[in-house]
Amino acid sequence: MSLLVEVQHRLGGFRLDVRVEIGPGLTALVGPSGAGKTTLLNVLAGIVRPTHGVVRLDAEILADTTAHIWRAPHRRRIGYVFQEPRLFPHLTVWQNLHYARWVQPNVPKTLLPADVIDLLNLSALLARYPSRLSGGEKQRVALGRALLGTPRLLLLDEPLAAVDQTHREEILPYLDRIRAEHAIPAIYVTHTWKEVAGRADHVVELGQGRVAFEGSVADAEARRNA
Amino acid sequence: MTDWTPAELQAVWLSLKVASVAMAFSLVPAIGVAWVLSRHRFWGRSVLNTLVHLPLVVPPVVTGYALLRVFGQRGVVGAWLLTHGGFQFSFRWTGAALAAGVMAFPLIVRAVQLGIDNVDRQIEEAAATLGASPWKVFLSVTLPLALPGLVAGLAIGFAKALGEFGATITFVSNIPGETQTLALAIYSQLERPGGDGPAMRLAWLSIGISVLALFASEALSRSLRHREP
Repeated sequence: MSLLVEVQHRLGGFRLDVRVEIGPGLTALVGPSGAGKTTLLNVLAGIVRPTHGVVRLDAEILADTTAHIWRAPHRRRIGYVFQEPRLFPHLTVWQNLHYARWVQPNVPKTLLPADVIDLLNLSALLARYPSRLSGGEKQRVALGRALLGTPRLLLLDEPLAAVDQTHREEILPYLDRIRAEHAIPAIYVTHTWKEVAGRADHVVELGQGRVAFEGSVADAEARRNA
Repeated sequence: MTDWTPAELQAVWLSLKVASVAMAFSLVPAIGVAWVLSRHRFWGRSVLNTLVHLPLVVPPVVTGYALLRVFGQRGVVGAWLLTHGGFQFSFRWTGAALAAGVMAFPLIVRAVQLGIDNVDRQIEEAAATLGASPWKVFLSVTLPLALPGLVAGLAIGFAKALGEFGATITFVSNIPGETQTLALAIYSQLERPGGDGPAMRLAWLSIGISVLALFASEALSRSLRHREP
């Protein structure tokens, strides 16, 4: 997988101006609050239409403002786990997990619901409604729901931000298992260096809407310690 | 209070038929308009908004007169329907249903719009990233989550349609067995010497039906809340 992003976006007084290429594996997207991390993910997912620029995933152009190309979010097959779980409150866990297969029957089914349920340890939760889940359980379901859309790229926007400390430690091993067993390229936004230090293949740091650093985890660590 | 005359039962049956048909035909357009008003900002939005709410603020007799001019036998649409489809609104129960539907329409739209306004757009975004087209997002997320608003809209719309008077009598007159709904039957009894007693019976009956409809909608929305803990 290769993702090329070259976009400018204005949102009120904020200006995102990013040029970055992202390869396979896990990319950590770090930077202070208001640096534009979520906005960048929204541009990649197609939720936000950039004022100007190009987004290309492998050979497919997802957005090109000069050529007037725009691929709607539902045609991108980019999975998104948001800061809040955003589960469908009127559907059970089982129905939430099957949602992607239900709305797009033709999606390649490389991942089976049974495997994802097993991987994320969800079997005891299937009949429940989201309101009957803890924060950590909700995020696990959200992760499983995104995986079952068979994404070409997975966006994780501080998926542990709304989860309390004890449950964070519970979820991280699941992320490792997904990484180990299914080589889905992912961009992981976080404030907590510890979450990505041993996991990321690549680090991109944003600051005030621009790329402040891009490189290996070792370089990023050296930079942090400097 | 037990021995209802055939004429009274006919008025009740006609009212229920008119109100049900009015709801059946208003619901889908009302949902469409409510969605457009709730989710879109466009040129002409306030014009649409005003147009939809017009029957709520204009005297009902004016709405009835407008319906007569448009859908009456010599009206633009009415004449066309009569020659091309052999279909007639004026002086028919179908016209009473049209009048009731038009009068109830703004009330349904308002309730449904409120329901859609309350649906978290972030959940709709999540559905889109999972591959749902806007149409599928609407059917699988927006509409089910707006269901309480829908039920409320149908209840208030049904009650309004049941009691509609001004627009109905202006548009389709007051014909027993064809357009004489409960409200019109009460009016006829009051016009008649000695009709006070029968009018009172019908009034109680109409109150009973309305209360029953409200109870039914309340029970329905409560069961919806249960399903969605």
